[in-house]
Amino acid sequence: MIVLNVNGRDHSLDVPPETPLLYVLRNDLQLNGAKFGCGLGQCGACTVQVDGQAAYSCLLPVSAAAGRHVRTVEGLGTVEKPGVLQRAFETEQAAQCGYCIAGMIMRAQALLDANPRPSEAQIRAHMQPNLCRCGTHMRILRAIRRAAGLPPDGKMEAA
Amino acid sequence: MSETLSRRGVLGAGALVVAFSLGPRALAQEGGAAPKPVAPGLPGSLKTTPMLDAWIRVDADGITVFTGKAELGQGIKTALIQVAAEDLDVAPAAIRLVTADTGRTPNEGITAGSHSMQDSGAAILNAAANVRMLLAEAAAQKLGVAPDALATTGDGGFKAPDGRTVRYADLAAGLSLHVAARADAPHRPLGARRTLGHDLPRVDIPAKLTGGVAYVHDLRLPGMLHARVVRGPSVGTELKALDEAAALAMPGVVKLVRNGRFAAVVAEREWTAVQALQRLQQAGWRRPGPPLPAGDPLASLNGPSQDEVIQDVGAGAAAGVRTVQARYSRPWLMHGAIGPSCAVAHFQDGQLTVWTHTQGVFPLRGAIAQLVKLASDKVRCIHMEGAGCYGHNGADDVAGDAALAAMALPGRPIRLQWMREQEHGWEPLGCTQAAQIRASLDAAGHIASWRFEVWSHSHNGRPVTAGGLLAGLEVDPPFAPQIPRPIPMPEGGGDRNGVAIYAFPQARAVSHFIEKAPLRASALRSLGAHLNVFAIESFMDECAKAAGADPVAFRLAHLTDERAKAVIALCAEQFGWASRRLSDGRRGTGFAFARYKNLASYCAVALEVEVEHETGQVSVRRVVSAIDAGDVVNPDGLKNQIEGGIVQALSWSGLEAVTFDADHRTSFDWSAYPVARFRDVPGSVQVHVLNRPGTPFLGAGEAAQGPAGAALANAVADATGVRLRDLPLSPERVKAAIGI
Amino acid sequence: MTSAGLIRALCAAGTLILLASACAGGPKLPPPPPQSFDRAEVAQGFALAKLGDCQGCHTADGGVAYAGGLPLKTPFGTLYTTNITPDAQTGLGRYSKDAFVRAMRRGVRADGAHLYPAFPYDHFAYADDRDLSALYAFLMTRRPVARTAPANRLIPPANIRGVIAVWKALFFHPGPPAAPDPNDPRARGAYLVESLGHCGACHTPHNALGAEQTRQALDGGYQEGWYAPPLNALTPASVPWTPERLERYFKTGLDRDHAAAAGPMGTVIRELAKAPDADRRAMAVYLAELMKPSPAGRGQTALVDRAAAAASAHPQGASLYAGACASCHEPGAPMMLQGRPPLPLGTPLHEADPRDTIQIVLQGLQPPLGGAGPYMPAFGSSLTDAQVAEIAAYVRARYSDRPPWSNLTAAVAEARKQGAS
Repeated sequence: MIVLNVNGRDHSLDVPPETPLLYVLRNDLQLNGAKFGCGLGQCGACTVQVDGQAAYSCLLPVSAAAGRHVRTVEGLGTVEKPGVLQRAFETEQAAQCGYCIAGMIMRAQALLDANPRPSEAQIRAHMQPNLCRCGTHMRILRAIRRAAGLPPDGKMEAA
Repeated sequence: MSETLSRRGVLGAGALVVAFSLGPRALAQEGGAAPKPVAPGLPGSLKTTPMLDAWIRVDADGITVFTGKAELGQGIKTALIQVAAEDLDVAPAAIRLVTADTGRTPNEGITAGSHSMQDSGAAILNAAANVRMLLAEAAAQKLGVAPDALATTGDGGFKAPDGRTVRYADLAAGLSLHVAARADAPHRPLGARRTLGHDLPRVDIPAKLTGGVAYVHDLRLPGMLHARVVRGPSVGTELKALDEAAALAMPGVVKLVRNGRFAAVVAEREWTAVQALQRLQQAGWRRPGPPLPAGDPLASLNGPSQDEVIQDVGAGAAAGVRTVQARYSRPWLMHGAIGPSCAVAHFQDGQLTVWTHTQGVFPLRGAIAQLVKLASDKVRCIHMEGAGCYGHNGADDVAGDAALAAMALPGRPIRLQWMREQEHGWEPLGCTQAAQIRASLDAAGHIASWRFEVWSHSHNGRPVTAGGLLAGLEVDPPFAPQIPRPIPMPEGGGDRNGVAIYAFPQARAVSHFIEKAPLRASALRSLGAHLNVFAIESFMDECAKAAGADPVAFRLAHLTDERAKAVIALCAEQFGWASRRLSDGRRGTGFAFARYKNLASYCAVALEVEVEHETGQVSVRRVVSAIDAGDVVNPDGLKNQIEGGIVQALSWSGLEAVTFDADHRTSFDWSAYPVARFRDVPGSVQVHVLNRPGTPFLGAGEAAQGPAGAALANAVADATGVRLRDLPLSPERVKAAIGI
Repeated sequence: MTSAGLIRALCAAGTLILLASACAGGPKLPPPPPQSFDRAEVAQGFALAKLGDCQGCHTADGGVAYAGGLPLKTPFGTLYTTNITPDAQTGLGRYSKDAFVRAMRRGVRADGAHLYPAFPYDHFAYADDRDLSALYAFLMTRRPVARTAPANRLIPPANIRGVIAVWKALFFHPGPPAAPDPNDPRARGAYLVESLGHCGACHTPHNALGAEQTRQALDGGYQEGWYAPPLNALTPASVPWTPERLERYFKTGLDRDHAAAAGPMGTVIRELAKAPDADRRAMAVYLAELMKPSPAGRGQTALVDRAAAAASAHPQGASLYAGACASCHEPGAPMMLQGRPPLPLGTPLHEADPRDTIQIVLQGLQPPLGGAGPYMPAFGSSLTDAQVAEIAAYVRARYSDRPPWSNLTAAVAEARKQGAS
């Protein structure tokens, strides 16, 4: 039995210990937020927070997450009571297909938890591991700035 | 034939060229099977499905609207709800929308080609006007007043001049909507619009932000099993002998479904299926067929072609004082949705149900029915969203895979998702293309004559039969593969936007369709328009330079379409084109314009780049765009599409190329096929909407792809003084061009 | 040398500081105009700059090429690399060619101050006049960028530049510049490796004061938290390097039978890949010869895969590997079907020191920005020290016939500390 703490709740799970956290979240806990994108740690669609840090859940064995705090996009808020980042993404309509978005929000959450007012360069560097194919980047950046209380039209520092 | 000669010159001497004219092209549309029109006088998809109750039902439970189009992340659900809400005059929240489902909705063919608003939007707008008209007549009778004395209340009712009201729901009970639509049902006045033309937040976004069930990937049915399809690394390869016993020995593996070369492993747990797949892949792979022509990615365009003159205006060769000529190309490009394709299939009691993110549930139903040998009415395809859809990706194939697996395990729903490397390796690609343009300029610096030629493989491999699905080619006996056909103009395939929108005294354009392609080709967002607009708009800058003219002024001088001119002017003004920073060898500006297909949206893009001399790295500092999409339903939704199109097209045009060696595609994951990440995207992107209420909806989803790529090339040329004509404008190429 | 030893050395060589200071002072001319340089000479300088990876150290993460500002972690604190664009105020703009040559060969700034030996003048001293002249031409024709590097953060007494004079007196005794026959690839390779290529700056062990132990040249060294493996007969490679393989590795950063370039070598490859083919080949010829097993040495090692034994010795490591690593590294994984290096051949797994294995797990591998190439995600933020240690122990036990690594958890903690920027 593995005891996994997700979004503040403990779950006792009878799953093979090497199973990547992603599959446990999606199939055993029925949480849809984290997505399978590549299974190779290349795209970030599966990003969750583990002890506050952004992590690829597709490459994190569930046994390695046991005893630590896992947070998924479901833990940030709901449709009725969205969290700060979720509300910012809604306000900026920062999604097209949206498949990458839960991962984007979780990676951004890890940044804002550590650095509540990041610079534009810090935001872009931090978000670099996560891919969006629809080209929603500009709105995702706006949403992160909005959540951080920064002017939504961020400017890159002059080179 | 001059085209053939110049083609030899263009694509290398010694090429075997078999050129012949097909005359009228074989009937083929983007997507193949489209329903036949029965009421040609009606707007949009009412032509094929004229009965009102196919689109709108009103009952005690409220209003339900049906569309045969699918949500692809482009916001179509929200836009169609707005359209219906507007002419029914109800709040958007009062409308339930049912999207593409062969069991419930009209057949609107494929959700593609930026057609959804033109087809479904126009149909629903008109159907809503018809339904309101019928409801008003019923209300007038009930209240004993003239229909035109009634006003809608905005919340699902009518109000008589004396204050009495009646609800739609009460009227609906005695009203049949099983009547054909009329083309002349009055729309609500433009000035009174409450919903259409306003920014309505997208209805699909909240679930996507909070972990709701938003995708077919999230569908969980009782008793569902997980499956993975077992294939070689990419199209044209196959695994060697599978160690079936080893896979079946893994605890939790339920079955290895095999039929000919088709194989899928089914397990209780998803991770088990993934591990079993990896175990089976240890067999190694081979390429049974002839080797791929590795090396020059354009080489396959030298193959035998079907040639067609797509433009021929003005007579004789106009006198020119100067000739400009250039050739442009793009490589193979990938859709690369972030989520690999997925489907859930369930075979029970002789009925197969497939939940799929296909763009065309009806054509897919036909193909799957053939594949699994069921009658069409025993197969139901229900659309659920997938990850980003930019054309024909793995969605249809994975639905076929899941269907075959489900047929082998009746009663158990099967969820089958491709792996990342399977999507990279097997999805159909946007094909390589080349275009050559020659123009002569007159003494005044105007283009006097224009010759355009384009070489392309197919942009239409969508399944119509089982042979259009990967599994259909693997089962024993295999189905016959579909033969690619060109898509006819005016929409076109490889020649989409191959006719320049500019007014030239003399112009001729020829399209070369090369059927035989080394890689699997099908529709990728904007089809040939990406390369053709890149070529034409790059070339317009080259001509402007030769004429010593400003690029924007040069375009305007060759245009007669007032809407085109207005979009260009708006974009130039918002960008500050007239006062733009002059090139200093490092920074540069570029402009480009196109009307998608010459019959959809008008889109202009201006952008500023900075080129890092030492690395050839191109940074896009800012982008300004202007768009005229006719009557704009949801301005923010439109901006979102254009912004996304620009960023995606900059990634295509700046970074991307599918690679292959003699054996297989080598672009197998994001490390081998990099796309733009946050550090690569522009500093800012602004979109300005030129709204034209009351005019027809013009498709916009693909309008930015061509102009964005061309504007990038023009800006790089402005910055560096070097013209790059082959995509992508990768740092290596830019660096090689600017030198040390 | 201990810090007490350093102080003794300081006192003993006190007079040298004064002497060096007295020598200080240099030319201060306006920058020569870019068009005054011969194009062929600039092109030659370009090739040498790529080969020496000037850009790697002299460009900050996300910064302008050659404008400096990259933090270099040393045992004595953090140094920031300098701006070598021809900006008159903040870069090399006021360096005459002679001043530049003096900086390269003697480690002396235009104003006469000593340069820290993190700048490998102990190698550049061997560069010949023509090459230095070409490099100067290349750098002086770059775009001037006004940018001042952040102030160095060094521990005393290393923060006093004068101390460098002592260091030089102790360790810096370069021979005369070399000028090999350009038609002899081996000689050319040796010259490039020893001079502008400065391979030894990472691959040769350093003493406590940061000087290369020249008697153990290319025996393997430590740099930025990574171990740079031996480039001689001590190589831990399982399959012998050949000139062809090395050449391809220099071009692509990838060799199926050894590894993908990771850590600092990743950035080296990014530039080395743009150097002339002939120079890459020359270096490959020379280094492959150096790496030929000594008579007592090993030839090709038989590959081992002791999956069961490793799993029973390190059950947790095996489980972590199955969930975190197998998707790419196990036979049947997509990377393996595409010809990426199989783990059993990975050189780091056979090194005496576990730190490369640990750093690759912690930091992953990055292909050049925006470019295609080998990639591995970083696990530093998702796995704990103990978990990384378990994985390292497991893969070592499974794939290497060398003795197990010890104190792995502490080694992970240390690697994390050294790898953090």
